[in-house]
Amino acid sequence: MSLVLENVTKKVGRETHLYDISLEFEPGSRNVLLGRTLSGKTSLLRLMAGLDRPSAGRLLMNGEDVTGRSVRKRSVAMVYQQFINYPSLTVYRNIASPLKMAGVKKAEIDRRVRRTAEMLHLEDMLDRLPTELSGGQQQRVAIARALIGDAELLLLDEPLVNLDYKLREELRVELHDIFQERRAIVVYTTTEPTEALMLGGNIVVIDEGRILQSGPTPEVYHNPATTKVAEVCSDPPINFLKGVIKGDSVRMGPNIEMPREHHMKSLMDGDYMFGVRSNHLFLAGTGKKDVEIPAKVELAEINGSETFIHADYDGFRLVVQENGIRLVRIGAEITIYVSPASFFVYDEAGVLVASPPRESVKLGLT
Amino acid sequence: MAGIELNEVAHSYLPKPKSESDYALKRIHNVWDDGSACALLGPSGCGKTTLLNIVSGLLTPSRGRVLYDGKDVTGLPPEKRNIAQVFQFPVLYDTMTVFDNLAFPLRNRGIKEGEVKKRVLEVAEILDLAPFLNKRAAGLAADAKQKISLGRGLVRSDVAAILFDEPLTVIDPQMKWYLRQKLKEIHEELKLTFIYVTHDQVEALTFADQVAVMFEGEMVQIGSPQDLFENPEHRFVGYFIGSPGMNFLECTIEGNEARVNDAGIVLDEETAAKGRKARGKLELGIRPMYLEVHAGPGSGMVRAKVRGVEDLGSYRIVALTLADQTLKARLPEDKPIPEGEVWLGFPPQWTRLFADGRLVK
Repeated sequence: MSLVLENVTKKVGRETHLYDISLEFEPGSRNVLLGRTLSGKTSLLRLMAGLDRPSAGRLLMNGEDVTGRSVRKRSVAMVYQQFINYPSLTVYRNIASPLKMAGVKKAEIDRRVRRTAEMLHLEDMLDRLPTELSGGQQQRVAIARALIGDAELLLLDEPLVNLDYKLREELRVELHDIFQERRAIVVYTTTEPTEALMLGGNIVVIDEGRILQSGPTPEVYHNPATTKVAEVCSDPPINFLKGVIKGDSVRMGPNIEMPREHHMKSLMDGDYMFGVRSNHLFLAGTGKKDVEIPAKVELAEINGSETFIHADYDGFRLVVQENGIRLVRIGAEITIYVSPASFFVYDEAGVLVASPPRESVKLGLT
Repeated sequence: MAGIELNEVAHSYLPKPKSESDYALKRIHNVWDDGSACALLGPSGCGKTTLLNIVSGLLTPSRGRVLYDGKDVTGLPPEKRNIAQVFQFPVLYDTMTVFDNLAFPLRNRGIKEGEVKKRVLEVAEILDLAPFLNKRAAGLAADAKQKISLGRGLVRSDVAAILFDEPLTVIDPQMKWYLRQKLKEIHEELKLTFIYVTHDQVEALTFADQVAVMFEGEMVQIGSPQDLFENPEHRFVGYFIGSPGMNFLECTIEGNEARVNDAGIVLDEETAAKGRKARGKLELGIRPMYLEVHAGPGSGMVRAKVRGVEDLGSYRIVALTLADQTLKARLPEDKPIPEGEVWLGFPPQWTRLFADGRLVK
């Protein structure tokens, strides 16, 4: 199946939730809608499902206009943030419900319930009620119900957001594998860039009801078209420094001066914003060309495998991501090292004008 | 302030507990020093809230004693223990001003208004609440309300400890880092005993000097964030701390090697010696970050297959199979990853042995 959104707009009262959205989803594609809370992700998903009607524009499925068609007459399944199951039905009957309503024969239902349950590790819980399960298991039941009908359009609205991080980590990997085996168009919303990267496929970056950028996920991640996209596509948020390019040199704040890098060669002299991701800032120098940034530590956050050091340089807040556990005291004066080749450059309107050079990701033997 | 000691504490919610599995808390024996910043970290159902309620006095343990600075308080209710609590949701008098909210615990104890004013102003200053003192609490954002909850504990000079139960649950992600910073600053400045309960490893590891990891009613390890990451003493700590969690491979010991089916992984001598004496199911453990992936063979390396690569932007996770067992390696974004067959290096200093889930000792 293919799905096309043509100039779709959604207004609720006097407020516009979605502005003139045009998107095309290819058969069998995996797509992630990435955006902050209230960016319009759920509104867009509900339009695709047929739960809501657009105020303007059309939806085409396989070339056929389905704009006004109700959700029941579309081949669509949806998973929500909240774990939604029938509380009085067993896990088995919850998973079976879409097939039962479709009038599928009992033996066929049984076969498919067992196969789907196994895929989501629910085979030992089929006789239980949803309330007897943990949150992670309840969401697995909801996902199983969405998968069992072989809907052509599979929509998932932040399905992992209410689970704790270890469960998220595990389910993410499983969902990735499950999606790969499906012919359905998968559309998955999230606020987390890591989740989008992990699921792969295509990404649509949405903010305040507008599509900012779309394309294959790694391409967007490595070339965020605007400062806003760079913010939404980076966790922790990308670091920005204001600077000036003049002749052969670049200045940022009172203490940073570096040579104009190769990827900045074609830029005119002038004011720019320089963006650099946290994993490209270091507490120890890595090369001769490194720029040194004197900064003062505001906090060191530890997530288990990494330490995020928040520090201030001339009013700019920088976050350094270091592997392992680093003990850094609040208030300590540190030097942050960064390679000039790591900077994205944005013009004064916030539009990307230069990306760091990327050695193409090398696969194969070295 | 006070040091807090849990002396052989165990708790069951059943009237007549029989087996160990009837206990929500199995056996906790622990001392938190005066002025320390501690966290209780674990998944839901691990017993951390039960333990917090025992510390605060909301719950009397089935067994054992709770001591504050050596004094037995096991039978005392919360109001006699001089502790302050910050809960998931702010507990405030919405119609009162911020000043009156902060002053309430002091006025309630009959402290003179001059002293009340002095303390409230001091605490408001520390918490960046000074500009809001005359505002009603109702109109404030969640983070300001949580600061007031904390402030109501800080104003009291007699408070023995401040207990936090998932205090950042209702805070916007962007504000969380600010509150974490504030809490750390306050702890450094005032050196109060803080006990912080959470299931979120970022909060626990960022906040505390000492983190107690809880699992199935047991404190399976107490240590600094670095200890928990580098030297997990329990399988659960290896799994729960860090992303992805530690790799575990079933193995046997032959000489100085851990045998994973046909593959031999060289251990350091001390680990191997302990492994030879250990009983129970043996597993080798290594963190994905320390596992080396090479394109060609080298001394001490073992052959494995690449099953898949996940690109997470700033790093990549390689899923591997080694003799029918799966494991993960975590590599920097720019490191090339060979396809198909690879050779794995297990640096002996990062390779651990676990017997029935516990580090061999």
